[in-house]
Amino acid sequence: MLFESGGITENLDGFDQLSWQGGWINASRPDTGEKATLGPSQNPVGLQQLPGVSYGMTHQPTYNPMQAKAPAPPGTGLYPSGPYQPVHPVSSYQPGPPLSSYPAPSGQALLTRPLMGGPPSHTPPQSASPGPRLPPAQATPPPPAVSSSSYYPNPRQPQPMAPAWHYNTAPPPMGQPTSMSIPPRGPVPNHVNPAASSTPSSTPYSSAPPAHVPHSVTQPPGPGMPPTSLHGYTQPGPAPPPMTHMAPHTYQPSRAPYGPPPTGPPPTMKPTPPPTGTLMPNATPPPPKADAQCGGAVNSTLPPTEPDCQEGDIECPGTVAGNGPQAPNSYNHVDNKMAGLPQPGPPGRHLGHYPSLPPGYQNTSALHNAGPPMHPAMQAATQPYTQPPQTYQQPPGGPGPAQLSQSLAALSLQSSTPESLRVVNLLQERNLLPPNPMPAPTPCLPQDLQKINCNPEVFRSTLTSIPQTQSLLNKAKMPLGLLLHPFKDLSLPVVTSSTIVRCRSCRTYINPFVNFLDQRRWKCNLCYRVNDVPEEFMYNPVSRSYGEPHKRPEVQNATIEFIAPSEYMLRPPQPAVYLFILDVSHNAVETGYLNVFCQSLLDNINALPGDSRTKVGFITFDSTIHFYNLQEGLSQPQMLIVSDIEDIFLPTPDSLLVNLNECKELVQDLLKSLPNLFEKTMETQSALGSALQAAFKLLSPTGGRMSIFQTQLPNLGVGALQSREDPNQRASAKDIQHLSPATDFYKKLALDCSGQQVAVDLFLLSSQYCDLASLGCISRYSAGSVYYYPSYHHQHNPAQVECFQKDLKRYLTRKIGFEAVMRIRCTKGLSIHTFHGNFFVRSTDLLSLPNVNPDAGFAVQMSIEENLDDMQVVSFQAALLYTSSKGERRIRVHTLCLPVVNSLADIFAGADVQAITGLLACMAVDRSATASLSDARDAMTNAAIDSLTSYRQSVLTIQQPGLLAPACLRLFPLFILALLKQKAFRTGTSTRLDDRLFAMCQLKYQPLVYALLMIHPALYRVDDLTDEGALNINDRTIPQPRVLQLSVEKLSREAAFLMDAGTVMYLWIGRNCHPNFLTQVLGVPNYAAVPDNLYLLPELDTAESQRTRAFIGWLRDQRPFFPSLHVIRDESQLKPTFMQNMIEDRTESALSYYEFLLHLQQQISK
Amino acid sequence: MAFTFAAFCYMLALLLTAALIFFAIWHIIAFDELKTDYKNPIDQCNTLNPTIEKVKKIKRVKIAIKLVLPEYLIHFFFCVMFFCAAEWLTLCLNLPLLAYHVWRYMSRPVMSCPGLYDPTTIMNADILAFCQKEGWCKLAFYLLSFFYYLYGMIYVLVSS
Repeated sequence: MLFESGGITENLDGFDQLSWQGGWINASRPDTGEKATLGPSQNPVGLQQLPGVSYGMTHQPTYNPMQAKAPAPPGTGLYPSGPYQPVHPVSSYQPGPPLSSYPAPSGQALLTRPLMGGPPSHTPPQSASPGPRLPPAQATPPPPAVSSSSYYPNPRQPQPMAPAWHYNTAPPPMGQPTSMSIPPRGPVPNHVNPAASSTPSSTPYSSAPPAHVPHSVTQPPGPGMPPTSLHGYTQPGPAPPPMTHMAPHTYQPSRAPYGPPPTGPPPTMKPTPPPTGTLMPNATPPPPKADAQCGGAVNSTLPPTEPDCQEGDIECPGTVAGNGPQAPNSYNHVDNKMAGLPQPGPPGRHLGHYPSLPPGYQNTSALHNAGPPMHPAMQAATQPYTQPPQTYQQPPGGPGPAQLSQSLAALSLQSSTPESLRVVNLLQERNLLPPNPMPAPTPCLPQDLQKINCNPEVFRSTLTSIPQTQSLLNKAKMPLGLLLHPFKDLSLPVVTSSTIVRCRSCRTYINPFVNFLDQRRWKCNLCYRVNDVPEEFMYNPVSRSYGEPHKRPEVQNATIEFIAPSEYMLRPPQPAVYLFILDVSHNAVETGYLNVFCQSLLDNINALPGDSRTKVGFITFDSTIHFYNLQEGLSQPQMLIVSDIEDIFLPTPDSLLVNLNECKELVQDLLKSLPNLFEKTMETQSALGSALQAAFKLLSPTGGRMSIFQTQLPNLGVGALQSREDPNQRASAKDIQHLSPATDFYKKLALDCSGQQVAVDLFLLSSQYCDLASLGCISRYSAGSVYYYPSYHHQHNPAQVECFQKDLKRYLTRKIGFEAVMRIRCTKGLSIHTFHGNFFVRSTDLLSLPNVNPDAGFAVQMSIEENLDDMQVVSFQAALLYTSSKGERRIRVHTLCLPVVNSLADIFAGADVQAITGLLACMAVDRSATASLSDARDAMTNAAIDSLTSYRQSVLTIQQPGLLAPACLRLFPLFILALLKQKAFRTGTSTRLDDRLFAMCQLKYQPLVYALLMIHPALYRVDDLTDEGALNINDRTIPQPRVLQLSVEKLSREAAFLMDAGTVMYLWIGRNCHPNFLTQVLGVPNYAAVPDNLYLLPELDTAESQRTRAFIGWLRDQRPFFPSLHVIRDESQLKPTFMQNMIEDRTESALSYYEFLLHLQQQISK
Repeated sequence: MAFTFAAFCYMLALLLTAALIFFAIWHIIAFDELKTDYKNPIDQCNTLNPTIEKVKKIKRVKIAIKLVLPEYLIHFFFCVMFFCAAEWLTLCLNLPLLAYHVWRYMSRPVMSCPGLYDPTTIMNADILAFCQKEGWCKLAFYLLSFFYYLYGMIYVLVSS
């Protein structure tokens, strides 16, 4: 019965049978009685869900079908569009509710719960508390569970972690020199590189210096690498040594308000329970770091890096001998600070704006005001230095339940209303936007767990506190889901091991959140099965000690990569194969893209990821298909034309895909001659379908990547499409038609491709309608990506050309993983509802990804099938199995751990508004395809209405007038409004169908950070950039202007503004802009002289110009693809586009932000 | 006691309903397999959807029971029979299902071949749950109608 057939399973069955077998733990889903909706036809029947039913793919009107909550038509007299009118004095109620309404914070609630099954992690002391693990001062007491008390509530402290983790994009994991130092003793069984020669009996200090060695080695420029990189994430540049010294200064003063004096740890902080015997104290010294860094390299040598060691000493006080007495104090500081505030909240909110603050938070604001405002990245830079010691806090037994509850106990003693639940009256508070990009909220986990938790940029949940039951989730009316960026460029620890330790029943990879029951057994954190620790795993090669399985890198890192042994391959790893399919019809030649493409490929031909087996091939097509014989030995490329497009065949199957290294000259010849070859073509038809079929035939034996460059609607042969767009309907306020594919040809072909491990990337360079809805399917189901350059022309649209060039470079040279599958596992009781992104869903939790690229994001909707009653944390694990371009089979594993809560208040406190917005956008895209756009729009509005209603009814105890939202959701209505005005979902504004569909594609597969910029662009004032608060990266000073609200009110004629909309940037110049800016930055004498389509800032040698360019360059560096810049004047063509992004303002067809709030309020109070 | 056309209809319906019950069970099992990972959605949809060109695959000596259309056709067939036999009550009982079948087929995803199930959306939890529920409801309906036809047949035989 299993996989009896051919088709897509052919290549992957092996994974299933071998590696993924039994992976799905929770197969039988109890019938929740939900009224399932029939996907393909979202008609009224499908739309309605009974209350108390899963928050399904139909998230929208579902809660209460009876309530027709459509947005009010714009322009009704209902809403005064004037200035904000305070409804009631804030002070009358604001401080009240937060303190009184949540009598049982999560801490207490959790405390009463039974412990997680099984005895607390109880590792025999003799093995788990060896000298080196303990910080000097805490080495003497028997292992106290200090770490357990460190609940992780400080809203500020932890969160900067998020942006802090700038990954080092460059080094591929393998290349990462594990640099650990060991005398090359014969490859230990696991090949993990032993760190230093620290033995268990050695003093703690001895192990410290080596731990830093890897940093200094992997990252020469930054000698003082933050120990955070022990996660494998290394700080790119922004951590210059001086910062290390800053760190204590920045944070130390802030500690005072939060807790008892540093030297004396408060009693609550240190519940030292006997049973937890061997739990690690906070400062677990570096060996784990060494673990982390121990890459696959076996034979690394010890670099003589004495100074680095020294530096390491300084940065990481806890590990330093000389700092002995201070070190423990500093940990206590951190702890106390952590314990001071019970719940995390999005940091970066400027508390100063609020008239009155609950007493508990004044410290916070003081803290904010204490130092100069820091950019998150800046904080990030400092962060590692203060936090590193805690990074090692992996308790020997993983998070033991006892530990957990103790930490919560400690918390409950000091609990107050969490910052994220502070009530905000949206109608009154105008300046809600944080001045800097918002970091992700931190899950309310014990600090030691949070330290090792997965980076939110990689793995993020919409609710950082998971509700205990589905009914609770339904009550909260917020979508539960995960947002992943699994293949993000990062340098991470790589483990080569002959056995990869996995749970025997659910096949979960061992991760930091498992429980070690004793030395030889561990309990899976997903299915709770008790597994044996294999003999091999007992040896910890990092410390070269035996019997410390919990110190292995696998247990120290939430993100790790394994080199997979041969059981994980069904066939030998495929070579990197790239096939380029180029449109050479008249239309294509007109656009002139061929030159750019050929030049880009010529430039980057040596940078294509691959090894000696890399193959390339080319196909061009118009009304016929042209193949290129590049066989070695030919003097020049040979073109073979197949005109029988109905029954396509390969003229010479062997020589069309050739080894790049052997035939490089022929390939280069071809690329040089290609643009001229078709210069005079008059062929206007395009037989894309047949070309794709041919390409599929060519690639199916190996798998690989197809890149299609298409400039017009395919109109010949199979897969021909008709123009479905009616230009007159572009601005229609009625429903938009044709959002779903016209034919399933491309989908079926994509599925065939997916089965043969072929991914299709589509570059659409067209000025006319191309039916992206149909064409896009080819990429969507084969895990490819779509790039769209509307109105591309080599002369008329130079900005697009530049953008295309830069994007191509990134596309050609970025990392790539072949024949990949990704499985997402979650703790028993949770199940995956729907996936979003580009892939084919092979089974309930398995995605088939013929190719995976570092710029692909995924979203997953989750549902709760069984009550999570006796659990305090749940975990999610995403495992991506792929073949690297070097022909290695690798598994990248990300594990995320989140707390479970049982009160609505806690759920709201943990809501991550950015992630929720991202997930809602994905859901709305699905919805517009299956039902209709207006449905999707209503659904989004209702999502805001429902969650705020739920908050008002269930969480707020004191009913007040106004539109109240918890602080963590204060931006929710704004983001929803932004989504409604986004290109993908807007109505009433002229939007081309392809633009709309491309925006939809992007919302679905872009990682959250980039998608958010598309939804809510960032606006900066750039004519008065100063160096105050600037970042310093690689000797470049990058000014950090604050993010402004997207309202024309913020614009001024005397200034210049930069709007960063993710894929495009606009520089708006005010009519009376200061001449200084015009001359110094734009290099023009006056406003009238600003050229009409300026897209490059001149490189002037002035401070202003440098600052502006540095800032724009910095913004660009943060994303993989190149956002083009348009300078906009009042008369510019693009001005309307710019103005449409002013989402807080009213347009003729859409509500202003204030009107929208009033609409929400009206619906909520109904 | 006479063997009328109506009696014949009932007997035929009885037999065909037995077949439909089998189909419904098959349907339930198929979706359960999908849910428990035993099957790849593409294969499963190929077996569920009547596909025409798949005959090429000689490797499989499996009699592909293409469920959807035969089921609908059988049901439609005996609805017509009952109509001809002027068994209005029975026809009325069957009309809702007939209407549902028509609606279901009209609202299927864009497909070039006949069939209902799209391998790319079938794994969506809502759709999967819907299909499973549909299977169970149909099973119940067919079981009940089986006994009803039995009763109807005897009634017609005895009364006439």
